[in-house]
Amino acid sequence: MVSETIELRGHIIDSLILPKVLDQILTHGANFKIAEINIGKKRADQSFARIEVSAETGEALDELILRLRQQGAEIVERVNAQVTSAPADGVFPPDFYVTTNQQTFVRFDGKEIEVRPAMINSAIAVDRKKGTARAVKFFDVNKGDEIVVGHQGVRVVPVQRATTHTDVFQFINTVIDADEPKSAIIRELAEDLRHARAAKGKIAIVAGPAIVRTGAGEHLVRLIQAGYIDRLFAGNSFAAYDVERALFGTSLGVSPDLAFARGGHENHMRAVNAIREASGIASAVEKKILTSGIMHACVCHNVDIVLTGSIRDEGPISGVTTDAIEAQKVMREKLADVTHVILLAAIRHSLAVASMLAPTVKTVCVDIDPSAVEKAIEHQPLQSIGLVTDVEPFLRELADCLTDSGARD
Amino acid sequence: MRELLLCPPDYYGIEYEINPWMSRARGAEAALARRQWEQLHATLSKLDCKVDLIAPRQGLPDMVFTANAGLTVGRKFIPSNFRHKERAGEQPFFAEWMKQRGYEVRWLPENLYFEGEGDALFGGDVLFCGYKFRSDIQSHHAVADMLGCLVVSVELIDPRFYHLDTCFCPLPDGGAFWFPMAFDEYGQRAIREHVTDLIDVSPEEATHFSCNAVVIERDIVLPEGAPQLVIRLQDRGYRCHELPMTEFIKAGGACKCLTMFMPQREGVDDADGTPGRP
Repeated sequence: MVSETIELRGHIIDSLILPKVLDQILTHGANFKIAEINIGKKRADQSFARIEVSAETGEALDELILRLRQQGAEIVERVNAQVTSAPADGVFPPDFYVTTNQQTFVRFDGKEIEVRPAMINSAIAVDRKKGTARAVKFFDVNKGDEIVVGHQGVRVVPVQRATTHTDVFQFINTVIDADEPKSAIIRELAEDLRHARAAKGKIAIVAGPAIVRTGAGEHLVRLIQAGYIDRLFAGNSFAAYDVERALFGTSLGVSPDLAFARGGHENHMRAVNAIREASGIASAVEKKILTSGIMHACVCHNVDIVLTGSIRDEGPISGVTTDAIEAQKVMREKLADVTHVILLAAIRHSLAVASMLAPTVKTVCVDIDPSAVEKAIEHQPLQSIGLVTDVEPFLRELADCLTDSGARD
Repeated sequence: MRELLLCPPDYYGIEYEINPWMSRARGAEAALARRQWEQLHATLSKLDCKVDLIAPRQGLPDMVFTANAGLTVGRKFIPSNFRHKERAGEQPFFAEWMKQRGYEVRWLPENLYFEGEGDALFGGDVLFCGYKFRSDIQSHHAVADMLGCLVVSVELIDPRFYHLDTCFCPLPDGGAFWFPMAFDEYGQRAIREHVTDLIDVSPEEATHFSCNAVVIERDIVLPEGAPQLVIRLQDRGYRCHELPMTEFIKAGGACKCLTMFMPQREGVDDADGTPGRP
């Protein structure tokens, strides 16, 4: 989408110039947003309208603007973005522009440069020689880097709802509460994931320990085996619980298979130790130490495992990135080509991932806590579904939908 | 008494082609053009009018079309900014002539094309302005600023009817006669919303420049060739004076193009909405 802002003035209501211009925009397949309108009060008073016109391509927009100019439309001249040098490594200048996760352009010397990647809560570093603008985090900025300040010359293009096709994400951008039916939504979601897989989309899952503890791991394994998961993002504890379950049948000492059975809390530590001894999950699978569970399925089906640590971790098990800044970088890199993200019962990890997503990524959040669901999908108001439910029935139903039809395929 | 400005056709001829009517291969016959212009002059002079003449200039054949000199409201004269360089030379002579007669000359920005009364006609208290072929719509905003009146801008879409006065003629009773096909859909709607009694002119009569008429109270001076229109105007109590205009139609003009009102209107609406006197 490219856009320009035009202004119309004069007796645009009596002359029907305003409706004519708006009609012309629509009949050319473009869109408009009236940014400001001032209607003259007295008969002789002139009116004024500022309209943002957006079209699919630059050529289409140019042709349309040419026509609109004949109707008196004046293009609002855009000003260049302002930059200030970063005062020190890791420090932005005061009044630096803070990005959203929407497509953003900055203007220099009459040209617009797209800011890449579209990353929320960053600053914009500009390299005018190369003609590039990139979203940068604190750790990425060096003293003297030119950083965009203020809002002048910055244009944000919100993601447009697709009008050509519809799917579950187009209708539902809201939270399905605990007491609302979910089967139909899960079926629709399954359908969308099926399309995504066929279209070579990338599906990522953010997994919380509740998946293992509730015994939903086997359903996730079915999804992995059916090829519906490309990346798995989790913390150290998720991997440790899964390995404990695989090696000892418990997670944090609790067996999902035996009602009220307790005991074996040391199993957790032994599981961590086993992976450390084997020098990592992949080699534990290779050495046939780890022969079942989610981690095992990921290794066997080439699912990228992205494990990051937290302050409360035991171990950690080998392969967990514990440096928080390094972890952010890795996660961002691994999320760059993702098209779908399923956030499962892992609120802190989910919020971290959601903050790194491009606005076009379709997001599903499942959590038993309604406020966790709302927070996580806040980042993707156009492309998100939230389900307030225990993760086990959700995964069971989703896996049933996908693996049953998978068998029929 | 209305005061009018005409320009004798001493140097009139088809020397260039800036509208679909003009063809250097089909020149105007000078003697016949002179007779037709004199007939117009005589007809207007007999009505309740004072006719002034501006001296023609060699090399400016279209100066005879004084309607395009500018727009006069009260003692203000807004000179035209001609779109075609062939006519741009007329501007200083008209402006000087008006200035010498005590009019306050109000210049439009140079980058806005505006062709005077050819594209700006009062109907009731509304100034209708045509745009696209000759005048820019932006010039209308500037004119509205200068005059402080409601300007209804209408897009002209048929290059044969390149000025508003070739396809629209307001009448003093609030009505008008017009050739609707010369306007786009929005222009037609805008005119219909502001003019109560519209007389449609047929395509055939419109091509005889029937809308290019000078209206002096109940008298209408118009080119020959519009018997149906004449009947409808007579039904409404107007006296029609049909004149041969063949030699000027060859240049895309007729009675109205050859005439400018001084002023077209005494003033515009007062702040309280009282219509200005014509």
